[in-house]
Amino acid sequence: MSKPYSQVKAMFAIARASFRSITRSPSAVVFTLAFPLVFILVFGFIGGGGISVQVAVKKESDRNNPIYQALLHVPVVSLDTMLTPEEMQSDLEKGRIDATLSITDKGMGAMPRYSVHVETTSASSEMGAVLKSVLNNIFYTVNSQHITMPTYAELKQTEVSVREYKRIDFILPGQLGFSLLSSGVFGTAFVFMSLRQTLVIKRFFATPIRRPFIVLGEALSRLVFALIGSSIILLLGHFAFGFTLIHGFITVVNMLLLSALGLIVFMGFGFVVSGIAKNESAIPPIANIITLPQFLLSGTFFPISVFPSWLQPICKVLPLTYLNDAMRKVAFEGANLLSVGHQIGIVALWGVIVYIAAIKVFKWE
Amino acid sequence: MNPGRKIIEVNNLVKHYEAIHAVSGLSFFVHEGEIFGLLGPNGAGKTTTLEIIETLREKTSGEILVDGLSVDKDQNAIKQIIGVQLQAAGYYPSLTLLELLRLFGGLYNVSVDPLQMLRQVGLEDRSKAKYKELSGGQKQRFSICTTLINQPKIVFLDEPTTGLDPQARRNLWELIRQIRDKGTTVVITTHYMDEAENLCDRVAIVEKGKIIALDTPDKLIDQLVAQGFERKREVKKANLEDVFLSLTGKEWRDE
Repeated sequence: MSKPYSQVKAMFAIARASFRSITRSPSAVVFTLAFPLVFILVFGFIGGGGISVQVAVKKESDRNNPIYQALLHVPVVSLDTMLTPEEMQSDLEKGRIDATLSITDKGMGAMPRYSVHVETTSASSEMGAVLKSVLNNIFYTVNSQHITMPTYAELKQTEVSVREYKRIDFILPGQLGFSLLSSGVFGTAFVFMSLRQTLVIKRFFATPIRRPFIVLGEALSRLVFALIGSSIILLLGHFAFGFTLIHGFITVVNMLLLSALGLIVFMGFGFVVSGIAKNESAIPPIANIITLPQFLLSGTFFPISVFPSWLQPICKVLPLTYLNDAMRKVAFEGANLLSVGHQIGIVALWGVIVYIAAIKVFKWE
Repeated sequence: MNPGRKIIEVNNLVKHYEAIHAVSGLSFFVHEGEIFGLLGPNGAGKTTTLEIIETLREKTSGEILVDGLSVDKDQNAIKQIIGVQLQAAGYYPSLTLLELLRLFGGLYNVSVDPLQMLRQVGLEDRSKAKYKELSGGQKQRFSICTTLINQPKIVFLDEPTTGLDPQARRNLWELIRQIRDKGTTVVITTHYMDEAENLCDRVAIVEKGKIIALDTPDKLIDQLVAQGFERKREVKKANLEDVFLSLTGKEWRDE
């Protein structure tokens, strides 16, 4: 032998070949790109069902007045009295609440007696308009009951200009996470099952490459493929649907790093599935047990806060919940990777657990 | 032919799968530069023996040296000097032949000219075809092509002609002879006796994990005849395969 044998060179040969093989597999392209993009389209355009205006009531606000009492009975308005001014400000900016409300009682005989101050944001102007029309409706009723005082209550409105939190800002990170989950679990499970069944892996064993490098080569190709998919989803989302990438390029890099972490963890699930499935038709049921709950309960389509409290603990265990959360914080709130360290830590912990299981059940032949 | 040095030495090889004794005490050696055949019915232990020599399988006991290297200690060194063709396919179905040859070039750390490789096995016009689009005979020839990438000292062919038509078989025999003529040792398994008789310099007949005969095909036949064996029917000067080949032509064609 003139030159020592290079495992890394052999690994890259597998990665290159495997990458070509993935790009020629229709299911890989559909799962990684087509599905998430279709979901983004559908959910981005249709929007959610019932309207609900989230209003935070300021602490100093007077609550013993007919206007407040009337608002309590308006179903579309949900009032929250528990927030501190700081929370209000940040929730308003992040789009978690649509408006803040403060009612001042100027005392008997004042004209007008009640002053209602509503703060909405440029992002929630739609909801602000709904709230305004609800209030005007109440004023009309209240004022007409006090004919002697024609202007019993008045509305003051200010609009705070913030970044607009669009529906796509919620939907896209969820779809990105979902894409990584299905590509990681289904893709990995099917590829290793088929490598075993078509004896490709056995043919590799007859060459000088060592086993871990075979897995690394295959994993590398899937990682590259998934990150290309993530980039396409991010850029298309940004340019076609106005997805917010707050710090531009840096945010894209951070999102891709999160994608890589997510994919590596989800590939671990894929290795487990390919290890316990007896044949190809056994893969979908097992893989669905892993992906479906996360698909539904990890804040892919709805924030996990909409789920009943008995489901919340499950939501708060799933790795995708934390990946989605981290991605939303990074893309919209401009968080850096350190400040989502908690989420990253939980995803990584899942990674450790899953790979321990994968090493136990993985089959070569 | 002059026997060369012993390039493979198998000594008292035993392989048990739990209660099943797949190989029970095989001993033989292969000379450098010959075509050596392992014959036997299905389940006789041919493939197991081959895969143990190829370092794909662990043995229960026994000693095996491949070009002086021990299968226990020098697995990677052995893998670099052998070429292995498996009984069934072992290639990414959706890659082209050129891409697959580049892959195997990388796996062996050698730079190859894929077209030149394909020319050796008569597949250069299929270079851009995907593996799954090849016919049975083409798949076998491609499979043999990948075993030659690292210019091995020994190639192992496991039932390379099973399922092929007579023309494709003859074509493959020709290819295997060419490989031997370039100085490469060939170890082949088959359960076709005409194939062994035509192709192999020496054969070992394996039955229930043991070698029951080992010699050149000629000598084995002579021994049987010397015992007074006679065919029930006088052999005609041609057989049905000769009829088939003279009617359909010897030219091998792409199915």
